[in-house]
Amino acid sequence: MTKRVLRAACWVLSACAWCWVPGAVLGAVVLGATLVAQQPPDRARPPQPGPPPPLNLPAIQKAKLSNGLPVWVVELHEVPVAQVNLLIFSGSSSEPGRKFGIAGLTTAMLEQGAGSRSALEIADAIDYLGADLSAGSGFDSSALRLHVPVARLADALPIMADVALRPTFPKEELDRQRQQRLTSLLQGRDDPATIAAVTFARVLFGVEHRYGTPLSGTAETIKAFTTDDLRGFYQSVFRPDNAAMLVVGDVKLDTIVPMLEKQFGSWRPSGSAAPPVKFPPVDQPATRTVYLVDKPGAPQSQIRIGWIGVPRSTPDYFPLVVMNTVLGGSFSSRLNMNLREQHGYTYGASSAFDMRASAGPFVAAAGVQTDKTSEALKEFFNELNAILPAVPADELARAKNYVALRYPSSFETTGDISRRLEDALVFRLPDDYFSKYVQNIQAVTAADVQRVARQYVAPGKFAVVVVGDLKAIEPGIRALNLGPVKAMAVDDVFGPKP
Amino acid sequence: MKRAALLFVLALAAPAAAQPKLEIPYTQFRLPNGLTVILHEDHSVPMVTVNVWYHVGSARERTGRTGFAHLFEHLMFMGSGHVKPGEFDSWLESAGGDNNGSTQNDRTNYYINVPSNALELALFLESDRMGYLLDTMTPKTVDAQRDVVKNERRQSVENQPYGIAQVLINEMLYPEGHPYHWPVIGYMEDLTAASYDDVVAFFKKFYAPSNASLVVAGDFDTAVARRLIEKWFSDIKAGPPPEPMAIPAAALTSRKTRTVGDKVQLPRLYLAWLTPRHLAPGDATLDVLADILAGGKNSRLYKRLVYDMQIAQDVSAFQASAALSSSFMIIATARPGHTAEELQKVIDEEIVKLQTEPPTAHELERSLNQIEASFYNRLERVGGFSGKGDQLNAYYTETGDPDWFNEDVARYRALSASDIRAAAAEFLPLDKRVELTIEPEKKP
Repeated sequence: MTKRVLRAACWVLSACAWCWVPGAVLGAVVLGATLVAQQPPDRARPPQPGPPPPLNLPAIQKAKLSNGLPVWVVELHEVPVAQVNLLIFSGSSSEPGRKFGIAGLTTAMLEQGAGSRSALEIADAIDYLGADLSAGSGFDSSALRLHVPVARLADALPIMADVALRPTFPKEELDRQRQQRLTSLLQGRDDPATIAAVTFARVLFGVEHRYGTPLSGTAETIKAFTTDDLRGFYQSVFRPDNAAMLVVGDVKLDTIVPMLEKQFGSWRPSGSAAPPVKFPPVDQPATRTVYLVDKPGAPQSQIRIGWIGVPRSTPDYFPLVVMNTVLGGSFSSRLNMNLREQHGYTYGASSAFDMRASAGPFVAAAGVQTDKTSEALKEFFNELNAILPAVPADELARAKNYVALRYPSSFETTGDISRRLEDALVFRLPDDYFSKYVQNIQAVTAADVQRVARQYVAPGKFAVVVVGDLKAIEPGIRALNLGPVKAMAVDDVFGPKP
Repeated sequence: MKRAALLFVLALAAPAAAQPKLEIPYTQFRLPNGLTVILHEDHSVPMVTVNVWYHVGSARERTGRTGFAHLFEHLMFMGSGHVKPGEFDSWLESAGGDNNGSTQNDRTNYYINVPSNALELALFLESDRMGYLLDTMTPKTVDAQRDVVKNERRQSVENQPYGIAQVLINEMLYPEGHPYHWPVIGYMEDLTAASYDDVVAFFKKFYAPSNASLVVAGDFDTAVARRLIEKWFSDIKAGPPPEPMAIPAAALTSRKTRTVGDKVQLPRLYLAWLTPRHLAPGDATLDVLADILAGGKNSRLYKRLVYDMQIAQDVSAFQASAALSSSFMIIATARPGHTAEELQKVIDEEIVKLQTEPPTAHELERSLNQIEASFYNRLERVGGFSGKGDQLNAYYTETGDPDWFNEDVARYRALSASDIRAAAAEFLPLDKRVELTIEPEKKP
């Protein structure tokens, strides 16, 4: 009891250094809770937060299996679960010869037959353990991710190892996956937000560049893949010298590493490594162009505005994070305050830099009501232009604090931490990346923000995609004179219906 | 770093899954104005969540004002007596915090997540809108959020493929006048009709501290938090409890069938039944039945429709539990060239099978293991929607006991295969249900 009161007093005292009215708070401690409850609080003076809590990052313990496979372990003993990810440093960006979609399909096929088990047997075994095993690819990596009650980890790991190391690529399962994917592509045509995203990528990067086509590929590529194609891709990228293992959860380094050694330590490359794939050169848009896709009768227009942004390795990472937070990366950002809170045109407006190994898109986006489409476009460009002059000090401080102060609490779940470790591995972030993150954000100046805004935000050259009811919105959009207007059909974006 | 918020005690007679038993320590008290407070310390990361449930949702709306509980939720972020418009979000963001709210049929919840040094700011903001929301409310504020909410409806219903289905299903399941008949998001014309006066009346009727419960969870000291809560929430005036609701009976006496066109490529079938309310006998059984029908590749419906016959793109089943009445849903999308009728025929065959013969012991155990594991997964996060704070508030609201985790797991562990068969027979009659098909619009 005494200890608690003392600790409480310290907490309040330390907060007082930052308070507007230290006397009042000190009084609260001395006089006790009962009296405080009887005095109405002074609501004219909102409580000021005390000094931010220290950054106590969970330790990353690094080991290696006998075949050289790196293993990163973070122990979290709060909940009896574990996350085990096998990360492969190749994704869709490594697809050879326009085989768009082969990375995702190959990765998905791992679970469709492995070792002595069929697709149904793998699913049954994993489900029976109360576990979840998923397989997927992004542009820069692929992964098998296992989440499992820690009591069942030893039972689940051999299944995961079969799936990762001994896939069988049954032909009938490939046909199942193929039909699943072709049908999903067809369904993409239903959703205006999907159409807008696909169109935006296509007009920026074109048909030859990997970033110009959805991760899953096109109907044409999906129809063509054979099990030999998949095996070939698997052998060239699923290799211990192109992989890392992450374990986060209720485990101990000295017990988990031998378990992994037993399952993955004898893994050897089964073919030659894939040569790196070079993207075709791609230029920024030369002039601002408006691309319209008709969705007759749509009550909202889906808007995407932007151009090619930056790679994850950009030296301007921290200024860009802060600049984007001001522009469209938080609830109180300018785009959301303008288009949602001030004008009510939308349920939400935002912006983002999608940073990949190569420069991904920068996009500002919203779904806006049909009869306010041109008004909304005008406000988008008002804000995109307004980010070019210097950002006021209070707004800059708010954005920096929003990003920096929440950072220590963002290492909470096994999923949170494993995602951060994946980023660190895939993008080869420096060892002190996490520990220096907060100070790197706080070091960003107004001049930095203005410099990156001017360098990476070019409202006069942006591609503008609008998916909506053209009969209702086209005249208004044309009247804005944003630039040349091109009409596109859904088939131009997705290809002919599968 | 200290990570010792949960106490795990090995159960003596552990069932098949051999999971440790869990306890969530908490402190509970009530302020003189009727506000229930629940505190749970967890020092694993330096953050706290302030989570409030108001025991009012769209079920309390009246005809002509549907969607109001949710519109009101939006107004709770627009400032209050001592917080000017915009300051709620900008102060929290300056402190590294974030916040949100959500509305369902029976409740409205709010959370503020902040670094632990900003606990008092979060309590101040939460208390100010509980006590003094109307001081800054104006018709203009209502108009602004009305437009936002209408766009939320457009985005989630009209401009969303199959978005109209859930609206139609509730209209078919529940008779007019039943509080679950209308959608939580409301009808457009009712959103248009909502007025400033409605806001005043709703606040006075439903937002009294005695109709709310406050959970603070995370990295704080219980004694300090208690003092701060007493400081900021004690001046909020008590209000009368809301009158009890008159709830019209709801029962399906026949098949109700409807087919509606939408801008979609593929037909989708929805089957819906009225089922026991949340936590009533049968509710947990139907969760397991849903999993046996459509959870995972080896589930009855997935295996036949998607895996073997390949006539469906997807199939799902779930018990949508709510306080007054639940609904059980099966949803399946046809592959190109196939019809909703084909899907329905197979689904009915599988339902009849489960009505006649219990599932295998393996199927039941697989499902229970998945459900049990989900309880542990849910304990990984403290804040936000579905974090520990939100779950403590949910259990308190529904059972009076914030730490009802083990009792909840026990509901499932008690089930036998014959319980599943009996539930399929009792609650999923083929001749008393809603059958809705959304199909591609015919070209004129």
